[in-house]
This record gives sequence, C-alpha cells and structure tokens, in this order.
Amino acid sequence: MSLELDLATGLLYLLVFPGFAFLFAYGLTAEFLDRKLYARLQNRVGPPPLQPLADFLKLLSKESVVPDNATARIYNAAPLTGLAGVFTAMLYIPVWTEQAAFAFEGDLVVVLFLLSLPSFSLFFGGWYSGNVFSRIGTTRTITQLFGYEIPFFLAAFAPAVAAGSLSTSEITAFIGANPWYVLVLLPAFAIALLSLQAKLERIPFDIPEAETELATGTLVEYSGRKLALFRLTKDVELVVGAALLSALFLGGPYPAGSIEGFAGVAAGVVVFLVKTLAVIALLTVLKAVVARLRIEQMVSVFYRVLVPVALSQIAVVLLVGLYTEGLIP
Amino acid sequence: MSEQKAGTEIPVGPQHPSLKEPANFTLNVDGEVITGAEMKLSYNHRGIEQAVLGNSYIENIYLLERICGICSHAHTSAFTQGVEELLDLDVPPRARYIRTLIGELERIHSHMLWLGVAGHEIGFDTLWQYAWRDREIVMDLLEEITGNRVHYSINTIGGVREDLTDDQRETILAGMDDLQERIDFYQETVPNEQTVRMRCENVGVVPKDLAREYCAVGAVGRASGVPTDVRKDAPYAAYDDVDFDVITDDRGDLLARTVVRIGEIAQAIRIIRQVAERIPEGDLKASAKPPQALLAQVPEDDAVSRYEAPRGELIHYIRSDGTDTPARVHIRVPTLANWPTVVESLKGSYIADTPIVVAGIDPCISCTSRIGVETDGSHGGENAFDLDELREYGIDWYDERGNVERPSTAGEGRTATDGTEGERP
Repeated sequence: MSLELDLATGLLYLLVFPGFAFLFAYGLTAEFLDRKLYARLQNRVGPPPLQPLADFLKLLSKESVVPDNATARIYNAAPLTGLAGVFTAMLYIPVWTEQAAFAFEGDLVVVLFLLSLPSFSLFFGGWYSGNVFSRIGTTRTITQLFGYEIPFFLAAFAPAVAAGSLSTSEITAFIGANPWYVLVLLPAFAIALLSLQAKLERIPFDIPEAETELATGTLVEYSGRKLALFRLTKDVELVVGAALLSALFLGGPYPAGSIEGFAGVAAGVVVFLVKTLAVIALLTVLKAVVARLRIEQMVSVFYRVLVPVALSQIAVVLLVGLYTEGLIP
Repeated sequence: MSEQKAGTEIPVGPQHPSLKEPANFTLNVDGEVITGAEMKLSYNHRGIEQAVLGNSYIENIYLLERICGICSHAHTSAFTQGVEELLDLDVPPRARYIRTLIGELERIHSHMLWLGVAGHEIGFDTLWQYAWRDREIVMDLLEEITGNRVHYSINTIGGVREDLTDDQRETILAGMDDLQERIDFYQETVPNEQTVRMRCENVGVVPKDLAREYCAVGAVGRASGVPTDVRKDAPYAAYDDVDFDVITDDRGDLLARTVVRIGEIAQAIRIIRQVAERIPEGDLKASAKPPQALLAQVPEDDAVSRYEAPRGELIHYIRSDGTDTPARVHIRVPTLANWPTVVESLKGSYIADTPIVVAGIDPCISCTSRIGVETDGSHGGENAFDLDELREYGIDWYDERGNVERPSTAGEGRTATDGTEGERP
C-alpha cells in the first residue's frame, strides 16, 4: 500500500509539481515576465502574456531540418539531454517546504552537475551541426563554461560550508533557521547571480550566441521542434537556477516554512514565487544596463575578480562559524 | 595577409544579421583573432548614375534623393548646388538658412541612428532603444517642417520649396531644448559606461597617418585627428554665417568616433538654434521664373559640388551638354572613402569586434554601389565589355572552374531566339 502511495506521490512530483507541468508553465511565464520587464526598461511595450507559449507552439509546428553536414544522431539528441538535465535538477531543490521532493546527502553536487548539462548539450549540438558559426559559438560556450563554473561552484559551496552539509534541503533549513546568514552570504549570492547569467548566456555574457557577431552561434542550424526544446531548456534553466539561488542564499520558503498544513504549502509556494521572481528580475535588470563583453574579457573578469572573492567568502563563512560557535543552536 | 590560410575562414555577409545591407567580408581567423580580411562590395548596384542621364535636372532631384534614406537631403543639396553653379544662380539667404536647418536636423537623426546601431552591435540593446526614441524628436520636427520623415523634398534648383513659419521656429527651439537634455545625458553616460569602454576602447584603431593616407572622411577622419569638414573648409548654404566647432579626437578608436558623433549632435543643436533665431526674411528662390525656363539655359560646362553629409564628404560631379538633361553625373559617397580603413583595422582585431568595426564608419552600403558595366562597347579599354563579350566571359569563367555549378542553364533558353518558355523537360 505504502509503496503504491510512494509511487503515486513520486509521479506527482515528477510530472505535475514541481516537475514537468509546473516547470513548463512557470518557465514560459518567467520568460514573459523577463521579456516584459526588459521591454519596459527599454521604453518598449513588450510581448503579451501568452507570447512565449505562442512562440513555442509555432516552433513545434515548423519543419525541423537536419543539415547534410551534421552528425544526425548527436544533433538530434542534444536538445533532449539539456532539457532532461534541468527538469531533473528541480526535483532536488526545495520549493514549498524546506524539504525537496527528493533529497540525499550530496545532492547539491548532482544539481550543479545537472545544471551544467544544457551547456554541454549546446556544445554537442552546435559542434556536430557542421556550421562554421556554430563551431565558433561552441568554442565560446566551452570557454565561457570554464569561466563561470568554478566561481559558481565556489559560491554554492559557501552556504554548504556554513550548513556543514552538501544537501540542498539541509542548507535551506540551516539558512531558514539562521536568517542573518543571508547577509553573510551576500557576496556569494552576487557571484552566483553573475555566474547564472553567464550560464544562461544572457547579456552581458551572451557571447556564444551573439546575434550580431555569430547569428546566434551554436543554434544557427537548429529549427522547428529542436529549437523549441532548446528555448524551453533556457526558460526552465532560468527558473531552476533562480530556485537554486533562492534555496541556497535566501532561505527557500523561509519565513513560510514553519506553517503547518495546507496554508503552509500555499504560503510556501507564494514565497517561492516571490523569491525566484526577484532573482529573475535582478538578472533582467543586469541584462538591460550593460553591453556584451568579449569572451576573453568575460573569462578575465570571472577568474581575476570573482574567484578570489568567492574564496575569501568561504574563509569569511568559516570565521563566522568559528566565532559564533555556541550562539547557533 | 590572405595567404595565411591557417585557421578558419568565416564568411560575413552578404547576408548577415549585423549587416543591414549586402556586403561581404571574408575573415581568416585563428581562434578568436582575425589574421586576414577581404571585402567585396556592390551587391546592390541600382544603376542610378545611368538613370540620371535619362531625366531632366528637375526630375533628377527626385531620383537622387532616393539614393539614401538617411542622407536624402545631402544628395539633393549637393546636386542642386552643382546645378546652381552651372547656372550661376545666387540662392537667397533665407533659402540657404532653411537648407542648413534641414541638413543639421538630418545630421542629428543620422548620428542618433548610428548611436543606436552601434549599441545594438555591441549587444547594448537598451542604448539602441533609447537613442532611437530620442531620435523621434528630430523626425517629428522634420515631418512638421517638410511634411515628410525621410525624403524631405525641400530642395529645388535655386532655392527651397517650403517656407519656415514662426510657429515652426518655436517648435524647433522647444524640441532642441528637449534634445539638448538627452544629448547631455549621452555625453555623460555613454563614454563612461564600463562595458561600452571595454568594447570600444582601442578597438578598430585608425591612426592619424593611416586616416590621411586612405583619405578617411567625416567622423572617421575627425576621430583620428584629421579636422576635415566641408562645412568649414568650403562653406556652403549658411555655414559661414553660423558659429560651430569641428569636433576632433586623436585616439582614432571606436570610443573616439562615438564621442565625436555625440559631440557633433551637440554642435548641430547649436547651429539649429542660431538658424531658428537668426533666419533672415526674404525670397525662397533665386528667380521667379519656373525652373524649366531656367534649365533651358544650362550652358555646356561641368561642376563639382561638395557637401558634408552626416557620414562625411559627399561629392557630386555634374557635366552638362546644353540640354535640360545632364550628360554625366558621378556620385562619390563618403562610405566609399572609409571602407579601406575598415579592412585595415579589422586585421588583428577579434571576431567579436567585426560588427562594431564595420558599423563604426556608419556605412551606407547600397549607396556605395557605383560600379557599372559598359554595354555599348564604344568606350573601349581593356575592361570594357559589350553584351556578347560579357556573356562569353561568363561562360569562360564557369568553364575554367569546372566544379562550380552553373546558376541555371534554363537562362539560355530564355534569351536565345530558338527557345520558348514551357519547353523545358
């Protein structure tokens, strides 16, 4: 009996909430809000609410061409791997309580790995699509990956060091119990924001797709269904990345996490939405106020500035941990 | 440089998102660095110089205005000034002031357009949207004065076709106040924005001696420290009556070009204010006679007319043969003078800099297409073809390169007399 119940709730998590259906809807909504805010910042009107869905459906109905020069199997598989990666990652991130749908000690590493998958799927898809623009785009994707992954990992490990755990759920619970840690972790949060922006390949780090230079680079040969999946991956990655940042640095559902019953779930979801949307809004504003960097400038900023800051952040967290020993229950 | 075939060859254009018009750059790249650059032009030859010969001077004003949608007033001004020189006409001061006014409004809208495009090319879309919003101030003024946003149709031979009312002068002065505020903002923010500096400083550098050697014109030359400006060097219209500075910079990079162009907008506002305040009363045309009557007296002569278009020095050469249609009109647009500096400054820069280096000269690609083919064979010379020779040359060209696919063999059937349509298998 309990096995069947577990299976049922597992499927519910996987397919409805916070899995496929929720992520699909929230991803498209987030894209709309991102585009709308970006447009308003630029003094434009912006798209209507259902525009991302309309774009997605339109792309689904279009012909999906495989170029002669492409290695068809890899070219076709690439869009799916990235999407699968980000969907899976969400299951280990707390949403409405401090406990994620699935959790085990060390799941933070899994989440970080799964969030790297879209970049690799872009790389394989672009490299094997046999186009010179894609090839340059993929070289940039990988160069950029080396640039942002290390600061991103270091930033994510700062709260893990504070909580003494590599489980996303436990970190969230720890920050929820000691909310002033949000202030201690502010530099790590900023680094994680910038790295997430680079991961999502948005301005100022949209170097791999750079429309005016490479004609969308990696994705130049993709069309129809496969392009739709890549774009959905970006939307979902935005939401999952924001959820991860909210869980690691902003205490996830705190202060709604302690409320019992249905009201607690509802309040938790509201807090989740507010915090993730705030993260997305920060990313959008960043996108609106700067120009695109060159690839070597991006790597230099991340290695010369962000890595040292992230390392000293971990040192600060350790010191704070030492000096407040006994103060924390 | 092109013999270094190491690395990848990237074709940029003729169709490419960063190019709004067709041109082709073949870049040899080693990683992200460009080792060699070659350029092909003239994908969009429109035969305007030939078309001019079949129309009267009056009709040609209409035609030449349509060379370019950005500097339409520049072309008509250069042409009418040339014809006025042929006819020895004295344009009344009020008309000269109005020409100056429209020319400067046009300069503002062209430079604002460029600022937006430059922002877009470096991935700064917010700057693009802001610049184009503020450009609307000038576009609205132009529409109010002339009735049109793009082709103002205000020039005619011997003067202008529309007068400036006192209400319009008020509107212009109010519009200039709004614009001045915006330009102060851009002068303050754009050159100081960190990411803009990272993308533009020391990028696409044209040193002063290179600018002189390649005869760079307009903002490109001025940003490299060459103070070339037809408005000062050989004043036309009302430019000897108004005060303005020629903005120069000695850095020669893209940041310098941005600073120079924004500075020129500020100077244009200064000129427009003086014109609106000081415009003299008087006639709009040099002669009360209808233009057809004037043109019946065009002597056999030639004239070179220079004009400082927003992109640089524009030259119209006009030769008349005593009839009311010109015998020859040649147009040298400023973009043509600036292309060599682009190819030079591309070498050694990054791929990522290509769009902004190309856009940095504010190219007007289709306006540059002036290469034609002689068709009657009477002019001789090694590179002259008549139609049959040209066809033979084309066949030989494809035969030599056996692996190149012919565009279509059906074309022979279409031109030859023995084939008719619909017989193809």
